[in-house]
Amino acid sequence: MPIPHTLNQYPWWKYLLIGLVMLWGLIFALPNLFGEDPAVQISGARANIAIDAAFQNRVATLLDADKLPHKRLELEDGRLLIRFSDTEVQLKAADILKDRLGRDYIVALNLASAAPGFLRAMGLNPMYLGLDLRGGVHFLMQVDMDATVKQVEESYVDEIRAQLRNEKVLYSSVGRVASGGVQVEFKDGAERDKAAQALRRQLPSLEQSEPGPLSLKLTLGEREIKEKRDFALQQNITTLRNRVNELGVAEPIIQQQGSDRIVVQLPGVQDTARAKEILGATATLEFRLADEENDWYQAAETGRIPLNSRLYKDRDGRPVLLQKRVMLTGDSIVDAASGLDQQSGGPAVFVTLDGKGAKRMEDATKDNIGKRMGVVFIENKTETKRVDGELKKTAYTVEEVINVATIRDRLGRRFQITGLDSTREARDLALLLRAGALASPIEIIEERTVGPSAGKENIAQGFRAALISLLVIAAFMTLRYKWFGTIATAALAANVVLIVAALSMLQATLTLPGIAGIVLTMGMAVDANVLIYERIREELRNGNSPQAAIHAGFDRAFDTILDSNLTTLIAAIMLFGFGTGPIKGFAVTLSIGIVTSMFTAVTGSRALVNLIYGGRKLQKLTV
Amino acid sequence: MWRFSLYNTNIDFLRWRKLAMAWSIIVLLIAVGSLLVRGMNLGLDFTGGTVIEVQYPEPVEIPKVRETLAKAGFGDAQTQHFGTSRDVLIRIPPREQANAAALSNDVLHALQADEGGAGATLARAEFVGPQVGQELVEQGGLAALGALAGILIYVMFRFEWRLAVGTIAATVHDVIFTVGWFSLFQLEFDLTVLAAVLAVIGYSVNDTVVVLDRIRENFRKRRKGSTMEIMNLSINETLSRTIMTSFVTLLSVIVLYFLGGTVMHGFSIAMIVGIVVGTYSSIYIASATALYLGISREDLLPRAKETADDRP
Repeated sequence: MPIPHTLNQYPWWKYLLIGLVMLWGLIFALPNLFGEDPAVQISGARANIAIDAAFQNRVATLLDADKLPHKRLELEDGRLLIRFSDTEVQLKAADILKDRLGRDYIVALNLASAAPGFLRAMGLNPMYLGLDLRGGVHFLMQVDMDATVKQVEESYVDEIRAQLRNEKVLYSSVGRVASGGVQVEFKDGAERDKAAQALRRQLPSLEQSEPGPLSLKLTLGEREIKEKRDFALQQNITTLRNRVNELGVAEPIIQQQGSDRIVVQLPGVQDTARAKEILGATATLEFRLADEENDWYQAAETGRIPLNSRLYKDRDGRPVLLQKRVMLTGDSIVDAASGLDQQSGGPAVFVTLDGKGAKRMEDATKDNIGKRMGVVFIENKTETKRVDGELKKTAYTVEEVINVATIRDRLGRRFQITGLDSTREARDLALLLRAGALASPIEIIEERTVGPSAGKENIAQGFRAALISLLVIAAFMTLRYKWFGTIATAALAANVVLIVAALSMLQATLTLPGIAGIVLTMGMAVDANVLIYERIREELRNGNSPQAAIHAGFDRAFDTILDSNLTTLIAAIMLFGFGTGPIKGFAVTLSIGIVTSMFTAVTGSRALVNLIYGGRKLQKLTV
Repeated sequence: MWRFSLYNTNIDFLRWRKLAMAWSIIVLLIAVGSLLVRGMNLGLDFTGGTVIEVQYPEPVEIPKVRETLAKAGFGDAQTQHFGTSRDVLIRIPPREQANAAALSNDVLHALQADEGGAGATLARAEFVGPQVGQELVEQGGLAALGALAGILIYVMFRFEWRLAVGTIAATVHDVIFTVGWFSLFQLEFDLTVLAAVLAVIGYSVNDTVVVLDRIRENFRKRRKGSTMEIMNLSINETLSRTIMTSFVTLLSVIVLYFLGGTVMHGFSIAMIVGIVVGTYSSIYIASATALYLGISREDLLPRAKETADDRP
């Protein structure tokens, strides 16, 4: 059969396509070449703290005063980034800045990509390194949902008592049952029926059952349990977000995982003891009436605080004078949500109280309509400090007024706070109110900490392993398949570039097992070339002409390559679906590597072979 | 020099299939026996507990560290050097206590408070609660089963059920062998090793599919020869590829073992064992199983509409 010598030629657009893909790969992989600068990132602790050119000058002056050499100061997205050339200066500068700037600013250590600005402006970033490569803490926390449900049921006990009293139903006892639910005992069946009717009307969300002739059991409905659990989870996430801010972490991750867990990742954090203390702090709320008789600013300036009042500060640092007597505490809050006021259309926060709290609120507000009420947010924290070589734990509280509003009406079980400046403010307030509600217990169930030097070592080892692996494979392939081996090596190198590009583009997390995945993919990627080349050799031995052998080799090996890669991909996808953390990283690089290797090892190396051998009269072919 | 003669080989592989089967069954029995008797040396990921890696500025002696820890109430801690004499690895079994997550800090403080320990720094700390460990065991098992099921379906769809069963037999063989190896030598089995076992599943199937592909092709192409002859021929034809690929992949995993750091040791060992045994099983187990199940030419002939083969 005559073989036309145009057999192994690609149309021009195929070369163009391959060229474009490689160009894409090179561009996206490019930012990884520049490494990272140790940096300090400063942001405002609150929305109204301006990070501007004036602030930049202030920081520059501070740094110069302490003779701390820095590479560059960059202002972007309301944050100031200071780059240093070494970690020692970075740490020193962070300490000094934290000290000088005070609590209005969050000073965080960061590793900033050293890629030139135009790359970053194009949205090109280096790969996102996992905690095992950059150092940091990973916590997995679990919200105790049984305790949450128990708390809700306990608040219903009071509520039910109040309702029964209102309806003048005679009961002998109301209490929570250990196995769940609230049980009411009666002396008389008629009273029980009356109670059942009243409670069905007043508390329709509770499901009723009759375990005995003189008792009534009330249990939370599926939907309400789900709502409470979601609420507890969101509440904890909010609290954790607030806390992490003050730890000074540049890129924290706080995420829900499953129905009752929260993942907290704090890159760069070394002091895990402090991190645990801050994350484990508890918050409460207090509603207090405002002191309307005295001038707040005067009290703050002179320091003369009226006997029955206490001086607070609001979030912007302005003085607020509130009465000493507490109207209500945060554990009465059942829910707080932001929304729009139906009448004015302005932003509002809707608060729901439990039965007991509603009663207290009613009593406290009915005679104070027209007066103002403040909400104080209180955080209880512990701090471990080294005092005379010994570690001492000290507890302290931080108190802040988060809202002052005029009481327009007698407030009951549900009320709303209006007069807020923006929907954002409403949302923040709702979050804080939720955070200060009765907290669901939370527990750290997994911790993984990697020190910064260990992280660096992991990167270095992973990189070296990948590089040596590439070289060994290259040497072996070239010895075995001569020019074709060199082509396979080029395809392999292209494959690594594409994996790095894909990881950079997706911003998928690269972990140490992820690097193992890349190394493993290299071994498996050459498999495609081995299959093709062995096939070409076979065709040559069967007496085919060189061009026909090349053609048939690529053609026939393809089915096998597809089958073998797809089966590996199935395993990788299963690994991704079930795996956690670092294992997911392995699955990601393995999957990406399999897909890109199909392209480079088959299409890429074919293009090179075609360019070199295609359209030529070959008498002999060394494979 | 590189032309090690793998071409035109005519080894009667399947003649030894009974011997291979017997050998595999014995080895698998040993593996399963070891799993039942010795069990697995499960790592922290699965058992729960605390692992702390501490780096000292100067070489430190283990008995001294033990003493310090015992004084601080960590008498149940296992202590060993890790890499160098400056690195110490401390394992604490799971404890029933309210704030188990704080253990790692307490240990570090105890060590730093001791003389000579002031410069000790934390290189790595891991705490896994008992509930997490249990879940990881379940998820890992599910992932392995899911991968096997997915591959079985794919191979059945692409080939034929006898070959699919042969593939799964080969893969299960490799998994039991690898896991048995970890049990027999009591190597620590952690999450990364589990990942390696799943990669072995992928690799083993990959290897087997290539041989099966050739078996199918040869059945269609050659009209002569018995089932066994065709299978032998296919194994011989793919032999050079099977060995080359295994060798190259093995090379990269060996590099990982020596250069990837201690964290990657378990992973690399599992891969090395898996690749070696996977190469053997793709030659013997898969084909021999299909043969025992009575595969014949008719099972692999293309269906009527596919008969027009346009290949040269």
